[in-house]
Amino acid sequence: MEKRALFSNKLLPYLLIFPQLAITLIFFYWPASQAVWQSFLLEDAFGLSSEFVGFENYRLLFQQPEYYRAMVTTAVFSSAVAILSLSCALLLASQADKNLKAGHAIKTLLIWPYAVAPAIAGVLWIFMFHPTLGTLARPIKGAGVDWNPMLNANHAMLLLILSATWKQISYNFLFFLAGLQAIPKSVIEAAAIDGSGPIRRFWTIIFPLLSPTTFFLIVVNIVYVFFDTFGIIDAVTGGGPAGRTTTLVYKVYADGRLGGDLGGSAAQSVILMIIVIALTAVQFRFVERKVQY
Amino acid sequence: MAGVTLDTVRKVYAGNVEAVKGVSLGIEDGSFCVLVGPSGCGKSTLLRMIAGLETISGGEVKISDRVVNEIEPAERDIAMVFQNYALYPHMSVYDNMAYGLKNRKTPKAEIEKRVNEAARILAIEPYLTRKPRQLSGGQRQRVAMGRAIVRKPQVFLFDEPLSNLDAKLRVQMRVEIKRLQRALGVTSIYVTHDQVEAMTLSDKLVVMSGGQIEQVGTPSEVYRRPETRFVATFIGSPPMNILPGRVEGPGLVSVGGQMIKVTDMREGLTPGSAIEVGLRPEDVQAGTTGTSTLTLDVDFVEELGATQLFHGKVAGAEFVVQASTGQLPSDTRDLTLSIDADNVHLFDPQTTKRLGVA
Repeated sequence: MEKRALFSNKLLPYLLIFPQLAITLIFFYWPASQAVWQSFLLEDAFGLSSEFVGFENYRLLFQQPEYYRAMVTTAVFSSAVAILSLSCALLLASQADKNLKAGHAIKTLLIWPYAVAPAIAGVLWIFMFHPTLGTLARPIKGAGVDWNPMLNANHAMLLLILSATWKQISYNFLFFLAGLQAIPKSVIEAAAIDGSGPIRRFWTIIFPLLSPTTFFLIVVNIVYVFFDTFGIIDAVTGGGPAGRTTTLVYKVYADGRLGGDLGGSAAQSVILMIIVIALTAVQFRFVERKVQY
Repeated sequence: MAGVTLDTVRKVYAGNVEAVKGVSLGIEDGSFCVLVGPSGCGKSTLLRMIAGLETISGGEVKISDRVVNEIEPAERDIAMVFQNYALYPHMSVYDNMAYGLKNRKTPKAEIEKRVNEAARILAIEPYLTRKPRQLSGGQRQRVAMGRAIVRKPQVFLFDEPLSNLDAKLRVQMRVEIKRLQRALGVTSIYVTHDQVEAMTLSDKLVVMSGGQIEQVGTPSEVYRRPETRFVATFIGSPPMNILPGRVEGPGLVSVGGQMIKVTDMREGLTPGSAIEVGLRPEDVQAGTTGTSTLTLDVDFVEELGATQLFHGKVAGAEFVVQASTGQLPSDTRDLTLSIDADNVHLFDPQTTKRLGVA
């Protein structure tokens, strides 16, 4: 049933939604429209004037092999982080859901990484895995691996995936735990009596019942990896070595801030925006249809 | 088919809370046993121990001569119907019923046969493709029962299955459960706090209180000869009246100075000692035809349609009389009540046990 509030005053409902609308307008629509406008402009080398060039920035962008590489990097990075952080969080949450004695302490500890700022998380990880300084790099090297995330692009990517995953697990864990606790205990018990073992029970009962949570987290995680991992990338690899860990959002920053190509950077952010909107729309349309009940 | 035997079964929770205090009970093959008691009396815990959903702290649970203390719920050959139905919300009605059979690797054709048969018995055939959320409470209840019967278990366990239904549907489903159990002949253990459900369904009625069994018997035995004051006031609606009295001699007690003859009275009680006199509201008539009389000071009358309840006081204690409508004038202030010596129950004020003929 739809819940409707009835207002006798015609102005009041508009006043009530005004703050939210104002925030969205000032902090999203305004900068977004500026980015769209900027993407059609070309600035001179000294930043003194700009001229309207239509889709020139976009045309140039799609001629760059680096841009396609950033797309692939983003795809690899985001799917790896989403899959890893979701599955680790689900595993941890399903264990924490059992009645453990230290359950409360464990839950609290698991939530902490979320409170660490991305840049600081990045610094932590680079200190652990720095090829010469890293405390954990030493045993890896001792095991005969020529570990060097500063020079080896695969190592750098691995390090990024791990640090971004580590930070996101807490968030996913919280939601999965809440989702698990919302499943009626008697349903699980009924399945146990119905002869379903713990693993089969998980896949046939618990996982389908968690699917609304999982769906929500997939959307949130994709957006997280696309945008919020900027701090980690900047601190850990700075997009290197040789631009091999430059994701789409990092390239926006690198080209616009460091390269001074404001028009090209704006064009990239417009494309990025379209990609995320499209991804979310696709997820809502197709994945949600399979979401149970 | 199988019977269920409990031997001094105990349940102790963390912090030394004893929820079930050594319950022994034999349930015959094919009978319908109802565990009844107020909330917190341990009846649900006992049922969950039989199901294997709670560990057993002490004693033995046997299903058909096999000790099942350490056996997983799935291996106990039982089926359970839960209070909130516990249907799998993401599965169709058909899949809900087929789930247990699929887990046991039953051939597909056999699953289909059994589910369709159960659906026919329970009249839920039109809903097989629906999801539980598209069903009404009564239909969900039937699906939950269907899920239990397709497995053809040795024992059915019911954990207050009707308490989420409205009053009218509850009566209807109660009759259906009874009919179904009769037809299938499967040993059933049913937990409820509703004494009407308990009386109507059971072959064997077990009244529990404080983690212990108060009395076991057929519904009429428990109703006619309650062994403790608790059972006397718990079974029967409205509950039995309990009056403070005095022992006067063999087969004779007094309440507020009025003598009452009693058939079922233990010998050798000291005259002058205190005793509790129990009288069911429906066993008391107006008039002087019985063996003794009491005077009721009427406060008010409740109309129930077919019957009327006269609330008042006898010798300072609350007292209720149930009479057919029209039998007594509603504006009565003082009623002379007639009592039959066969209908008087006596209880020890200290131990609350029945003081009947041993």
